[in-house]
Amino acid sequence: MANAQGPETTGTVAPPLPTPRKTGGIGAATPRVDGRAKVTGAARYGSDFFGGPDPAYAFLATSAIARGRITEIDDSDARALPGVIDILTHRNVGDRVKPGKTFSDKGYMGTSIAPLASDRVWHDGQIVAVVVADSYEAARDAARRLRVSYADETPSASFDSPGTETVSAESKSKEGEKAGQEKPKVGDAPRAFEAAPVKIDQHYETPTQHHNPIELFTTTCAWDGDQLTVWESSQNVYGYQNGLAEQLGLEPSQIRVVSPFIGGAFGSRGSLTQRTALIALASKRIGRPVVLEATRQQGFTIATYRAETRHRIRLGADQSGKLTALIHEGWEVTSRKDEYKVAGTDASTRLYACPNIDSDVSIVHADRNTPGFMRSPPEVPYLFALESAMDELAYAAKIDPVELRRINDTDREPIKGLPYTSRSLMKCFDTAGQAFGWSRRSAQPGSMRDGDWMIGWGCASTMYPTQVGPAAARVTLRPDGAVRVQTAAHDIGTGAYTVIAQTAADRLGVPLDKVHVELGDTALPPAPVAGGSNTTASVCNVVAKACDEIRRKLAAAVTVSGGPLDGADPGRITLINASVMDDQGRMASLKDAVAKTGHGAVEAYAENIPHGAPPTAMQNLYKGQSALAGGAKLKDRIQFAFGAQFVEVRINARTREIRAPRIVGAYAGGTIVNPLTAKSQLMGGQIWGVSSALHEATEIDRRFARYYNDDLAEYLIPVNADITEVQTIFVPEEDHQVNELGIKGLGELGNVGLNAAVANAVFHATGVRIRKLPIRIESVLDAPVPT
Amino acid sequence: MRPFIYTRADDVSAAVQAAAETSGSAPANAAPVQFIAGGTTILDLMKLDTMRPERLVDINGLQSALGSIQATDKGLRLGALVRMSQAAEDPQIQRDYPVIAQSLQLAASAQLRNMASLGGNVLQRTRCQYFRNTSWPACNKRDPGSGCAALDGVNRKHAVLGVGDKCIAEYPGDFAPALAALGAVVTITGPNGSRAIPFEQLHRGPDQPERETTLAPGELITGFDIPAGPYTRRSLYVKVRDRQSYEFGLATAAVALHLVDGKVEEARIGLGGVAYRPWRSHEAEAALQGKPLDENSAEAAAQAAFAEAAPRRDNAYKVELGRRTLVRALLEAGRMEI
Repeated sequence: MANAQGPETTGTVAPPLPTPRKTGGIGAATPRVDGRAKVTGAARYGSDFFGGPDPAYAFLATSAIARGRITEIDDSDARALPGVIDILTHRNVGDRVKPGKTFSDKGYMGTSIAPLASDRVWHDGQIVAVVVADSYEAARDAARRLRVSYADETPSASFDSPGTETVSAESKSKEGEKAGQEKPKVGDAPRAFEAAPVKIDQHYETPTQHHNPIELFTTTCAWDGDQLTVWESSQNVYGYQNGLAEQLGLEPSQIRVVSPFIGGAFGSRGSLTQRTALIALASKRIGRPVVLEATRQQGFTIATYRAETRHRIRLGADQSGKLTALIHEGWEVTSRKDEYKVAGTDASTRLYACPNIDSDVSIVHADRNTPGFMRSPPEVPYLFALESAMDELAYAAKIDPVELRRINDTDREPIKGLPYTSRSLMKCFDTAGQAFGWSRRSAQPGSMRDGDWMIGWGCASTMYPTQVGPAAARVTLRPDGAVRVQTAAHDIGTGAYTVIAQTAADRLGVPLDKVHVELGDTALPPAPVAGGSNTTASVCNVVAKACDEIRRKLAAAVTVSGGPLDGADPGRITLINASVMDDQGRMASLKDAVAKTGHGAVEAYAENIPHGAPPTAMQNLYKGQSALAGGAKLKDRIQFAFGAQFVEVRINARTREIRAPRIVGAYAGGTIVNPLTAKSQLMGGQIWGVSSALHEATEIDRRFARYYNDDLAEYLIPVNADITEVQTIFVPEEDHQVNELGIKGLGELGNVGLNAAVANAVFHATGVRIRKLPIRIESVLDAPVPT
Repeated sequence: MRPFIYTRADDVSAAVQAAAETSGSAPANAAPVQFIAGGTTILDLMKLDTMRPERLVDINGLQSALGSIQATDKGLRLGALVRMSQAAEDPQIQRDYPVIAQSLQLAASAQLRNMASLGGNVLQRTRCQYFRNTSWPACNKRDPGSGCAALDGVNRKHAVLGVGDKCIAEYPGDFAPALAALGAVVTITGPNGSRAIPFEQLHRGPDQPERETTLAPGELITGFDIPAGPYTRRSLYVKVRDRQSYEFGLATAAVALHLVDGKVEEARIGLGGVAYRPWRSHEAEAALQGKPLDENSAEAAAQAAFAEAAPRRDNAYKVELGRRTLVRALLEAGRMEI
């Protein structure tokens, strides 16, 4: 991409440029441009769309067993209710809806289990019927009057359940290798571990978790002839469009997916769920728009979740704490049908210098729905294990946990020896450690106390791959300086509308309030899935590219003979203060400049294929395939963002309530486009880290392979009173290898490692090492009170 | 939620008559006519299809009769329609009956406390998901004779005291253990007139889990009388839970002490989060009687309180946690400056 400032012209001294109006530009702390719409209710979310004046309402009936067959559905009572229009079951759906392929199988679906394809029940809470009625109330009432009979079989719930099938994740090694999911290995780790003077060999466990976005899972479908419009909150509108086309036997161009605002997603809306095609079919059958709003409880079983994981970590080190061996084995639960896995050894083997590394991932098939992405899918569980083990190593080697990280810091990843494009891990530790007051820590576990409360301080590293996807955008500049940016990117609450507007304002030299951004609609040019923390990098770079194209068009127009900036070097034309300026400081109005192009407005469509993505990436993006490039997948370099997490826990010496009143994190993420939204994003992650360590777990009744605590009263997350002080600090970092604007995604950086930092703090407070999350009162009830 | 008829009552007798009209043999908690005040429990359970009343009688119009707080030297009278927040924030209750104020203040969320009535609060139903979620087939409380899924299921939050082999559901509330501790009397008006019973006799044991209280269908709680005692000022509520706010207690203790020269003249002890019904531990009270209040006597009282505990797989920790919660509450109450 061309540099906005051309090469320095020798011989002339350019006059000082007027101070650019920076308000709202890249790097400015900018309140959300959509904030007012959100708090006043003007922003419309999925279920705010009714598809037309006379919608019908759908209610799901879901299975009460996890494995077996439906033997009978008696719908006579349900059909007798006034207002009931239609009931979809496997008897009238069957193969009219194709299951589709899963995301990890190059498809779009979260699960390949098609609920109404047959009488087969694959998991708890599987959709067994869709009732459509004139009102939500009638549909709900009717759904509860369905009498579904099952021939149930004993299900396998999870790890250790009889009947599960454990397979090595290597079974798809060819595909896996292509997707960059190799099994990282270097040197001879088992031998080095045997020989190591200091060793850690431990098992760790993380629980099932559910996203529980506040916006429920909803779908509205309406047909206009053979054109289908779907309103549904989505992190991947092009993926939904193409996936639905496959499921329904349509051309993608027959489907429009609209998702302007999203009430939380966290990965749960990245892949298409099976409900959407069913609602489209229901709408087709009855010839009316259909609106579905699934219940909170149904959200636990009709969408994806973070599967429970187990880990064995072996660390070997010499007396100085230098790692000599690292072996990370992981086990993850998935459904009977799909081989979903997160395989976080990709990251956990790239954090520290170590000459001998081995790793392995296995998946355990159980009678569950297929799990899926949930914020930092691989790193949250895998770094919990690694960063807990590192803390154990620090105590075993009698080295401060921060110093242990310093001793094992590196500027090249240990598997292939590739250089990090940037790595500010220890700067983050030093910055956060200072803010936290780490130097005042007394190393001995159980040695810090405040009245009735035992105090523990813990820390851990965080890392997240810097990924960039192919993206397209269209930008239009009108003579009055009004800018319209169109791209089918997604603002999942992270501030995408704002950072995209800032980028355009910055590049086109107009005030932020002149920029109008349109997102989340397949009528717009495609952008990648809002996953892998890629949106800011992918979309801001392509928007900048389109803006630069507009600048070139204007520059060419104004510098022609007789133009307002006649004779100026087009390469040195800049857009600033809603004007066009040459390197002598001569200005022309946008109005004159646009007029000079001979058009009523200047428009540019840009595509961007990031470093490491295949040349077909743009064609595939239009097919809803995002091909994110970066992290550990590149052949010539490795790119991750890093940070340091510090936590103070307080544990009541008698009753053992565990609270985390103080969280401090420092993060380096390259260019921070908007410190305000970036801070919110990281802070949310930090709080989620506490949640992940102390609160969140979906309990499974193992006899029935069914979820027990399937609502927000029983699935705990922290409340305000749990979170007292959170410090979120940015460590300055420049990295212009990762992309033109130097942006490293940080949306998922904040919650990684924090669970380990909490567990490490619990150890410091009590001397008891908890290797299984969540850590609850009963985990530490028996710990002796330190004297 | 299923369709239902909604009516408003203007006075107590009309409310009671309205509720009595269609009553059959069902227990009061499953009768086809139910009262609604704040609605913080019944609306949830109707949406979940756990409760299916045919008719709701709104008693919010009885505010003038049932909505007042009266404190005299004899005791405290709380009308059934007093909102939780109203009692929790009452300065006189905070000073003279701190255990009452605290048990209410530490419950639920501000929004719920503003809506929920005291009468409805003591009748809130268990959080056992096998009860609340109708897709679980075995629940003796919801469907008598169907079994108890919790016995060998997920039972981390279930009760360890006063349980039976038909049901181990925990009584989740905070206010009720405080009422039990202070020996409150509950006043009731029904189709056959009014009566008053000790609060401890309001909730039933687990022999018939579907029958939760001794209320007859159509009977309405009109208020609570809490006698003043030499122990009411030295009283407090300790609530131990998984998070700092907006969460039910895993183990709670309502204690009130009359100390003379450091010795326990009289102790009143209620326990929450650990028992099948609002629990008063007469055993723990007796163990403390005449003893100097210290770590040892508090521990002995806690041992006595949980001597009969019957834990299951996931809730075994509640025995030890319940003891420690009681010890903490007793020692903190002992340190109170009154």
